[in-house]
Amino acid sequence: MITFSENKLKEAQRIINRYPQGKQKSALLPLLHLAQDEFGGWLDVPAMDYIASLLNIEPIEVYEVATFYSMYNLKPVGRHVFEVCQTGPCMLRGSDQIIDYIKQRLQINVGETTPDGMFTLKTVECLGACGYAPMMQLGKTFREHLNEEKVDQIIEECRSKAARNN
Amino acid sequence: MGKKLLIDRVGIEGIRYFDTYRKHGGYASVEKAFKMAPADIVEEIKKSGLRGRGGAGFPTGMKWSFLAKPEGVPRYLVCNADESEPGTFKDRYLMEFIPHLLIEGLVVSSFALGSNRTFIYIRGEYAWIVDILEQAIEEARQNGFLGNNILNSGFDCEIYVQRGAGAYICGEETALLESLEGKRGNPRIKPPFPAVKGLWDSPTVVNNVETLAAVVPIINMGGDAYSQIGIGKSTGTKLISACGNINRPGVYEIDMTISVEEFVYSDEYCGGIPNGKKLKACIPGGSSVPILPANLLFKTAKGEKRMMTYESLADGGFQTGSMMGSGGFIVLDEDQCVVRHTLTLARFYRHESCGQCSPCREGTGWMEKILNNIEYGRGKMNDIDLLWDIQRRIEGNTICPLGDAAAWPVAAAIRHFRDEFEWHVLNPEESQKRNYGLANYAEPREVVAS
Ligand SMILES: Cc1cc2nc3c(=O)[nH]c(=O)nc-3n(C[C@H](O)[C@H](O)[C@H](O)COP(=O)(O)O)c2cc1C
Ligand code: SF4
Ligand code: FES
Repeated sequence: MITFSENKLKEAQRIINRYPQGKQKSALLPLLHLAQDEFGGWLDVPAMDYIASLLNIEPIEVYEVATFYSMYNLKPVGRHVFEVCQTGPCMLRGSDQIIDYIKQRLQINVGETTPDGMFTLKTVECLGACGYAPMMQLGKTFREHLNEEKVDQIIEECRSKAARNN
Repeated sequence: MGKKLLIDRVGIEGIRYFDTYRKHGGYASVEKAFKMAPADIVEEIKKSGLRGRGGAGFPTGMKWSFLAKPEGVPRYLVCNADESEPGTFKDRYLMEFIPHLLIEGLVVSSFALGSNRTFIYIRGEYAWIVDILEQAIEEARQNGFLGNNILNSGFDCEIYVQRGAGAYICGEETALLESLEGKRGNPRIKPPFPAVKGLWDSPTVVNNVETLAAVVPIINMGGDAYSQIGIGKSTGTKLISACGNINRPGVYEIDMTISVEEFVYSDEYCGGIPNGKKLKACIPGGSSVPILPANLLFKTAKGEKRMMTYESLADGGFQTGSMMGSGGFIVLDEDQCVVRHTLTLARFYRHESCGQCSPCREGTGWMEKILNNIEYGRGKMNDIDLLWDIQRRIEGNTICPLGDAAAWPVAAAIRHFRDEFEWHVLNPEESQKRNYGLANYAEPREVVAS
């Protein structure tokens, strides 16, 4: 059975304690974030069932939330997920060209993962970085003012990080 | 240089940390407020004329005075940091660079409203800002501005940061509360309003980040003094996040006395259009508000100078005006395609519709499909009328204002740029190769100079 590490479990408990008695379901979104970080970047059914058991709620209550919010991955994703913003303000600053360039560099289409499982390319809607466009989210960071050289650098950076960790 | 009350100290090295912030006048408003009665704080906010900075512009003091206060029931303050309206990135700037200003505003506001447990609901993608805020909260606690018996006032308050998970609709206040309760972000039917039945059925006030930060200067200077800044009912300062085809994209604090033209062309703000291009259009208040062609941006239909105020931006209604909205200022130069830009917005709203109401769920889908056809050279002339018809049927027929927000950009684009839509339909091949350009839209500088 999957479980949180002792540290994560403590963090989960700290989050649950924020809410008044009986309102522990409010911890659902934060705990799903924790689970996704802990269990390989996506949420499978056992992971969701585990969160349900921690919060003492029905598994269906977790599924219906996990499917509503776009940040929860319900399928495995690559090690590095490029989430490139494609909304109007980014489009005005060349996001279409950046998306095309990444497709060509990684030889994948939007929504796909490279065969080595290293990169996933997604398009997303406005991330609140319109003044620093074009941009993408990479993990917990925003990469802004993108151009072809910066994209190359980011790809290199991800590859060398993966090489170091292996 | 206009007056700056919120982000004037951002340039100070280390202002993100408590000690520096405190040295530069931070938390003075808490000391002052705790010597006042909560009702008097609400009174100061009313006097200030402060209007909600999240988009709707509702008077904050009035909202606070509606908060129900039944005996023995907790009350909650929730800070809306969901910031997901395309073109808007001002709250992020404030939280990232001067987080203690928000925390200070939250302590004062929580005291005024009687909230012992206050939440900041922040969009999930701003993950690193969660860390910044939590650090600021911890520093405030260690220095006695949060926790139990703050400054020996007998008032207890904790602030918690809750991360969303990618859903624009959770910026709508009742959807936000649902999400905070661990549910899908489906907006609630109002009434009851959150002021009566909000978080966990308790009376709740939801305010935007910038609104709550503005409480700090209001308490420091007094409501009357704050109300003297600006023009008419547009009091105080406003953060504008400017983006698109301008030389200096970024977040600017304006006092609401400058003209739109000054905002676009002054080097203090947007710094004009890059590469000597001409201005074509502007969406002045976030993606939901009507787009204006250049010739209506700097002057109203009556020929008056358009100012960066709630009233002046809205002058002319939806026929010839727009809205202040969230302050997301999106500029399009002569090379941009209004059809394509509108398509991205339609896609955004289709993606973000929660799906509860059929006019919104179905209508946003159809609008995107039709716009897609027009943009890619597969449109028919009557598609333009069909689009108009669909947006008209969404507006006003839904549970929450997302439906309107999806309809308005499409309506305004057709209203002002119909010829560009028609050109796409009539020139399916050429429109794949080049943009319509400035066409016959007036060159704004000439209009202004006349
Ligand atoms: C679809 C939709 C999205 C919204 N998004 C936000 C948002 O991201 N941030 C915000 O402060 N208000 C947003 N609002 C407005 C809120 O519902 C609410 O009016 C606001 O938080 C009240 O705060 P204020 O009075 O301080 O502006 C949104 C409204 C709608 C209908
Ligand atoms: S208008 Fe759209 S987003 Fe709002 S409740 Fe209805 S379906 Fe949901
Ligand atoms: S449009 Fe891309 S971050 Fe806002």
